[in-house]
Amino acid sequence: MRTEMKTETRAELRAEIRRQKISEKFSELREKKEGALISYVMAGDPSAEATCGIVRALANGGADIIELGFPFSDPVADGPTIQAAGQRALAAGMDTERYFELVRDLEVEVPLICMTYYNPVFRYGVEKFVEHAAEAGISGLIIPDIPVEEAADLKHSCEKHGLDLIFLVAPTTTDARIRKILQRGSGFIYLVSRLGVTGARDNVAGSTKELLSRVETEIPKAVGFGISTGRQAAEVRKAGADAVIVGSAFVKIIEEGKDVKERLEALSRELKSGILEAN
Amino acid sequence: MTGTTISELQVKGKYGKFGGQYVPEVLMPALEELEEGYERYKNDPEFLAELDHYLRDFGGRETPLYFARNLSKKYGTKIYLKREDLVHGGAHKLNNAIGQALLAKFMGKTRLIAETGAGQHGTATAMVGATLGFETIVYMGAKDIKRQQMNAYRMELMGTEVKDVETGSKTLKDAINEAFRDWVTNIGNTHYLIGSVVGPHPYPMIVRDFQSVIGREVKEQAIEKEGRLPDSIIACAGGGSNAMGIFHPFVEDREVRLIAVEAGGKALKCTEKAALHSACLCAGEEGILHGARTKVLQDKNGQILESESVSAGLDYSGVGPELACLAESGRVTARYVTDDEAIEAFNELSRLEGIIPALESSHALAYLKKAAESGELGEFVVVNLSGRGDKDLETVLSLKRGI
Repeated sequence: MRTEMKTETRAELRAEIRRQKISEKFSELREKKEGALISYVMAGDPSAEATCGIVRALANGGADIIELGFPFSDPVADGPTIQAAGQRALAAGMDTERYFELVRDLEVEVPLICMTYYNPVFRYGVEKFVEHAAEAGISGLIIPDIPVEEAADLKHSCEKHGLDLIFLVAPTTTDARIRKILQRGSGFIYLVSRLGVTGARDNVAGSTKELLSRVETEIPKAVGFGISTGRQAAEVRKAGADAVIVGSAFVKIIEEGKDVKERLEALSRELKSGILEAN
Repeated sequence: MTGTTISELQVKGKYGKFGGQYVPEVLMPALEELEEGYERYKNDPEFLAELDHYLRDFGGRETPLYFARNLSKKYGTKIYLKREDLVHGGAHKLNNAIGQALLAKFMGKTRLIAETGAGQHGTATAMVGATLGFETIVYMGAKDIKRQQMNAYRMELMGTEVKDVETGSKTLKDAINEAFRDWVTNIGNTHYLIGSVVGPHPYPMIVRDFQSVIGREVKEQAIEKEGRLPDSIIACAGGGSNAMGIFHPFVEDREVRLIAVEAGGKALKCTEKAALHSACLCAGEEGILHGARTKVLQDKNGQILESESVSAGLDYSGVGPELACLAESGRVTARYVTDDEAIEAFNELSRLEGIIPALESSHALAYLKKAAESGELGEFVVVNLSGRGDKDLETVLSLKRGI
């Protein structure tokens, strides 16, 4: 009985620490003149238990913030790698309650972001989803299929429960839209480096630099979509990004299933040192 | 911009609480561009003249409103069939495909992409793609290609690349996902030609407008033939394009009963991973799918359920937001019939009238069978015969053989 209580308290304490604002994490890194590594994996891929170890490996390797995907059956913004990860997670039984439980149990102290699509949030109840996410120790939300125009309810709930709502800016986004997005985004602004869906690519677009200069804000700028190597991470950091987001490259390692934790940690180190070298 | 104080964040394309634009940011500028293009050309004389030319000389409009004498006799009420099965390609889908492809041409796009379930919309897109000189790509679920091989071949014959979709449930909803992914990657030169009144604004509006030619013709023809508007109009509904097309011009005519008939599949039940039907209006719940808030088939975690129907064209987990709104407000009555009832109606129309209906349209006919006896349909009924059934012969034959 006593040990159980102790575990519970410890989990709550960790959730409390993790509830550190994303903005605080960025100011901490800015003082050190350090760029951030934001790493994405899908919760429950290949199983909820495995995710605990996977997240720890990412943090050990140098992830400053971790995005934990909640699977959706019809992920229109994702490429084949993350789609498949979502299918695996759903097949292994991931659902909303288990997701929050998993988040609560994670033994890491970096800020966590929940990335999913709007329907699972809507179905669970927007307010309830945000509240339970906050309780579990989530610091921010990324919902790629909700543009600012449709986000009023979600934004309201996020403000109420102290979560950052992170919006995306794409190369096609007009300057007028960028202004709208900057008024409503918090935590960081997610810059989509190129047209298309998520997934590793050989060549990180030259449009990144242009996009970074078009988004004029004090909010940290994180660049994602297509980054998979330390060299690419360094390029993006050099171009002026405050953070580099990597997802599919990690998910691929999990998909292959060989020496997963070692390789995740090694890739994290490679990416983080790329970011550090670029200073 | 007018002088009114419209908030810059006014939500566009809402039908009551349904509709909207739930799409990745990368698509938002394309949707804005499409809406601007549509507003600019929809009343442009040159655009309208071309649209009219293609609808008439390429598509074969107008289509007859045919008095089905034998069917009428059997059910004791005047039954007219709106013969969309006679449109070039064998279904109403061409009305919208011509409209959107012309719009894309006027907007300077060179590439068309589309999704297809039964293959009817893909075929319509392939036809207009060929005649208007577009590079055309159609996404089709691997499961659907299997059950509609002839349609896949027809598209290829007309120079369209048919890409089979192996992700997810390998049906229409996954084909839509893939088309969206293509669009976000090739947004500059590509128009996504959505085939139903689904998706983010402005699609439900645009598709409805281009399909409304059906209802406008019915209105004139009804007056011509019977001197009045019909008592009831029945249409099948998957996404809802033929239903919205025939209903829309009658929405304000409150005395005309509008009935949308959904695919009840095997039964109105769900397993853990799939629904045994496609009846979103009758049995779906509010959600967000493919860019719109509407009625969808989903589980308690908000995962979209696979749908089921003997008719590939109705086999979809969502429904158009405007139709969802009209059904919720009571203006449209939503009903469903099962696979078996649809097949029975398919056989009956073939036998009685010498017209083989599409399995989709057979759902509307099956409801007619169910409801005519009670007298609730009135004395003058129009059924939208949205397509012809040649494409379904293999399906019906294999069911008959019990394969």
